[in-house]
Amino acid sequence: MSNQNEPMTAGPAEEITLAARRRRGAFSAAMHEVLKAPPTAKFGLIMIFAYLFVAVFAPLLAPYGEAEVVGRQYAPWSDEFVLGTDQIGRDMLSRLIFAARNSVSIAFLTTLIAFLLGSMLGLLSAVVGGWIDQGLGRLVDVLMAIPSLIFTLVLLTIFGTDLITLILVIALFDATRVYRLSRAVAVNVVVMDFVEAARLQGEKLPWIMAREVLPNILPPLAAEFGLRFTFVFLTIAALSFLGLGIQPPTADWGSMVRENATLINYGDITPLLPAAAIALLTVSVNFVVDWFLHKTSGLRDV
Amino acid sequence: MSDATTQQTDKGAGSMLLEMRGIKIEGQSEDTWFPIIKGMDLTLRRGEVLGLIGESGAGKSTMGLAAMGFARDGCRITAGTIKFDGVDLLAMPESERRKLRGVRIAYVAQSAAASFNPAHRLIDQCIETAMFYGVASAAEARQSTIDLFRRLHLPDPENIGERYPHQVSGGQLQRVMTAMAMACSPDLIVFDEPTTALDVTTQIEVLASIKEVVRELHKAAIYITHDLAVVAQMADRIMVLRYGEVVEEAPTRQMLSDPRQPYTKSLWAVRSLRKDEDTSGDTVLAIRNVDAAYGGGVRVLHDINIKVPRGRTVAVVGESGSGKSTLARVITGLLPPENGTVEFNGQALPPALAQRPKELLRKVQMIYQMPDPALNPKRRIGDMLGRSVSYHMGLSGKDRSRRVSELLEMIELDDSYRERLPMELSGGQKQRVCIARALAVEPDLVICDEVTSALDQIVAEEILKLLLRLQKDLGVTYLYITHDIATVKAIADEIVVMHQGKVVESGPKSQILSPPHPPYTELLLSSVPEMDPDWLDNVLAERARGGAGATAVDGS
Amino acid sequence: MHPVFRTCLQRLALGIATLWVVSVIVFSMFELLPGNFAQAVLGQAATPEIVENFNKRAGLDRPFLERYGTWLTGAVQGDFGLTFGSLTSAGTQARTVASVIMPRLENTLFLAAAAAACSVPLALGLGLLAALYRNSIFDRVVNAATLTSISFPEFFVGYILMLFLAVQHPWFYATASVDSTTSFWEHLARIGLPVIGLTLVIVAHMMRMTRAAIINLLASPFIEMARLKGMPPSRVIWHHALPNAWAPIATVVALNLAYLVVGVVVVEVVFNYPGVGQLMVDAVQSRDIPVVQACAIIFATVYILLNLSADIIGIATNPRLLHPR
Repeated sequence: MSNQNEPMTAGPAEEITLAARRRRGAFSAAMHEVLKAPPTAKFGLIMIFAYLFVAVFAPLLAPYGEAEVVGRQYAPWSDEFVLGTDQIGRDMLSRLIFAARNSVSIAFLTTLIAFLLGSMLGLLSAVVGGWIDQGLGRLVDVLMAIPSLIFTLVLLTIFGTDLITLILVIALFDATRVYRLSRAVAVNVVVMDFVEAARLQGEKLPWIMAREVLPNILPPLAAEFGLRFTFVFLTIAALSFLGLGIQPPTADWGSMVRENATLINYGDITPLLPAAAIALLTVSVNFVVDWFLHKTSGLRDV
Repeated sequence: MSDATTQQTDKGAGSMLLEMRGIKIEGQSEDTWFPIIKGMDLTLRRGEVLGLIGESGAGKSTMGLAAMGFARDGCRITAGTIKFDGVDLLAMPESERRKLRGVRIAYVAQSAAASFNPAHRLIDQCIETAMFYGVASAAEARQSTIDLFRRLHLPDPENIGERYPHQVSGGQLQRVMTAMAMACSPDLIVFDEPTTALDVTTQIEVLASIKEVVRELHKAAIYITHDLAVVAQMADRIMVLRYGEVVEEAPTRQMLSDPRQPYTKSLWAVRSLRKDEDTSGDTVLAIRNVDAAYGGGVRVLHDINIKVPRGRTVAVVGESGSGKSTLARVITGLLPPENGTVEFNGQALPPALAQRPKELLRKVQMIYQMPDPALNPKRRIGDMLGRSVSYHMGLSGKDRSRRVSELLEMIELDDSYRERLPMELSGGQKQRVCIARALAVEPDLVICDEVTSALDQIVAEEILKLLLRLQKDLGVTYLYITHDIATVKAIADEIVVMHQGKVVESGPKSQILSPPHPPYTELLLSSVPEMDPDWLDNVLAERARGGAGATAVDGS
Repeated sequence: MHPVFRTCLQRLALGIATLWVVSVIVFSMFELLPGNFAQAVLGQAATPEIVENFNKRAGLDRPFLERYGTWLTGAVQGDFGLTFGSLTSAGTQARTVASVIMPRLENTLFLAAAAAACSVPLALGLGLLAALYRNSIFDRVVNAATLTSISFPEFFVGYILMLFLAVQHPWFYATASVDSTTSFWEHLARIGLPVIGLTLVIVAHMMRMTRAAIINLLASPFIEMARLKGMPPSRVIWHHALPNAWAPIATVVALNLAYLVVGVVVVEVVFNYPGVGQLMVDAVQSRDIPVVQACAIIFATVYILLNLSADIIGIATNPRLLHPR
């Protein structure tokens, strides 16, 4: 119900927050926020940087090669092989390090493709409306009616399990979620009068999308990118674990778990290490995204 | 401490019911606490009605809730005593305070639709407190609630309680909420802007009902509003609040005739702005036989004919559902009409926005009601104005910069505002920027869609003065859409009255505003509260006699 | 016709239509298979006679629409044709997809039901408590814990459980091997670890969403009004909040049970449990297409049914539809 008569001015609350928002440089403002963050978010940020570091400098950090057979199978932890060897005799530690590079970069690439596709279409749908919006909406509804893991399995049956297929298929399904979210937040902005005012001043579609709507939906999109990354990462890990994702000899945490699973029966925790590596990165990203959402949504809780 | 000028009330009918002394309340925003109420005293006797008036942010609602010993989430009462009937509310545990709420102190919220539980029947919600605290038996509670429904002039009082909130209209729901508040016969009722969200013709019915029932049952009440004319009707004594402090306090008639403080005086003076009408000029905009409908085929405008003379202001008056906003959309091309044409400077406009060339688009601009969603929060003022100037007028570099400075000067803001973001501006300043944006492209016609309705009265007056000055200087034409008669008197040369998608009457201001009137216009004009405490009683007596305006719409 | 009834029928029709579209997609996706089925399944070494024999037995020599029609009418009755696996070796008895799937479907449903029975009450209870005591230590700890839990891949959780609760301390069965002879109670005992694993992950998701839904509800003005009428917190929750909570909570539960559908696949592989999930993974690896199709349709049906239920509960508890003007 539009409130015809409710007046508004900058009351005491607004005055104070206006003062608090006196312009700082963007960087120092960001640093200030980080320092105020809860311990979980700080932990998350540190871990993310650690993973990025390992991924980038993998060849320098790993004692042995990625697929080098260097010893006998299932060697126990020792000075020579810090975390032992796997079922073929490759050094676990090296493979773990290289897997950081592989798993993270593949997941990142997939998320990026999904994100660009989904957010562009979502933004377009919201601004243009009409048939495009209806059509895309129906298509997305159908794609989302099937659990994506299942549909992914179907497509992998058809097209095989090579890397490009994997990336494109997962990106396609993930794009549907990004589409839904970006369309929803974009629609909230599109109904604002300033978008209509821009239209009345003759601004064309590209301008409206890029300069009026997009800058106002960046925070939720950024958060969504983080969340999507975690889902994609876990999905690829699950598929690799099932033997349908990243194929050997490429080092990948998910398939490493599968390859060494039998060790569990002997009480050996080695197969848990790659799984823990997956979990740790996902937890870190989740903590950071949670903090980010809390900050930008302006809500006191939730 | 507050700068209050307290004048003795000689009403003295009852004993002291509520005594709030030295109240300080803080609110929380992003981990810091800031003061909302800075040390206020408030007293109320039995059977007395106190009006709390002030702009938003003044703290009226917060004080109203504090009278019940209640602070919203994110607020806390940090100092003071609240004595209700001799007992200090703040010294009690919450469980004891809770027993008073609903039973001895009740609250009527602003939005009835949002304040009722959608899942339960109205009557059950009304008798809930009585039943819970054992004040009455089920049958007694029901019967007394139905009596209250009758007193409040609700249709079908026996059965209306069986309905669910969404099945009942806004004005009726507000009265049901009043009945709910009175169900346990409390000593004090807090009315928090109960008619703010209602149309003016609905409002008058609700105001009358509330006033009658409060008087008859000798209740004490705190009536919170920002509308001066409304508080003049309802209260025995008025307290003016500003920024959490009391500015002035006096009995109603005394305060209306003789306000002491400058702030109070400025509030009272607001409604006296008048424009001398002038209806000369060739026609810049002609709307001929326009019908318009929305997607579902529901027709919203029926055979509209309006002519707007150049350089003048035509006010389009109507309540919600009258179609006035739809009219704006048709003119700008956002909603192509089903039938009829819109002519601009004698030439028919292409019906849809997309069909109009850039050169034509700039001739018709719009300013919106709410300044917040009307400005992109991420763009600086200078950029925004600069874009309009360069995109349409082709200026760049120094010329563009100079033009932006000119525009800022026109809206009485200095050059430092270029670098600011909208969030750093007040409501009135934002609305000025919206005006500048519209004028930057040098339009012939500017549609003002309720542009002062969301502003406080002092700020609204300044904006109206600015608009009038700009019209004189630039010769721009205004189509001013509003529901507020005072604004119309202030700014219009001609008036068009709309009701349910049709034009009821149109013509020069003086002609429309003087009798005789068609029935709807009569109803509309007579429903607008005036600054006379007897106004409400007079209008109701008039209507009861079956006089003009007796077509009281009780579908309200 | 009452609006609730009519809206439910509309949703049901939409659900069936969606399922049909999905069936078309699933079936016709395989037309995209480069080369033909036989080559893919039998491998490079297959001679033309073997391929032709295979095609005939599998009915692949008939036109697309006819195949789709047969498949669809069969599917509705539970007959999904013959498995490719059983067709590849000449001379062996061809097995129907249905006969392979049915026992596994029962197992999976049993597991899913057990997991749902454990997780739903726990999640709703925790979510409600966290919402009521939001920002307390309890809430913050639970928030961090659930955030951690939803970040763990299911196989991680599964193997941890296996390691600590079965291998190092033999309190539970390490693998959930059951067959048609297993009694109800033994079956329940054997799926102990898979159920715990699934519960941990699902409770985390469900609890977070429940908490958010209830906090959202508690911020409504009519809740504040109830408090202003003097109602104590317990009554505000039970009498005012909960009747309006069915729709959001039903949505939360349905979405998470749908999530269960996916989690089941990994858990079955970890614990070697003979369910539909494990079957599907094997079929994907061996490219046994009828089996993959059938599994996909089954999962899709369950998924759509769950979303439909959430929709219908939302409709049936909406006062505006229950009591029209």
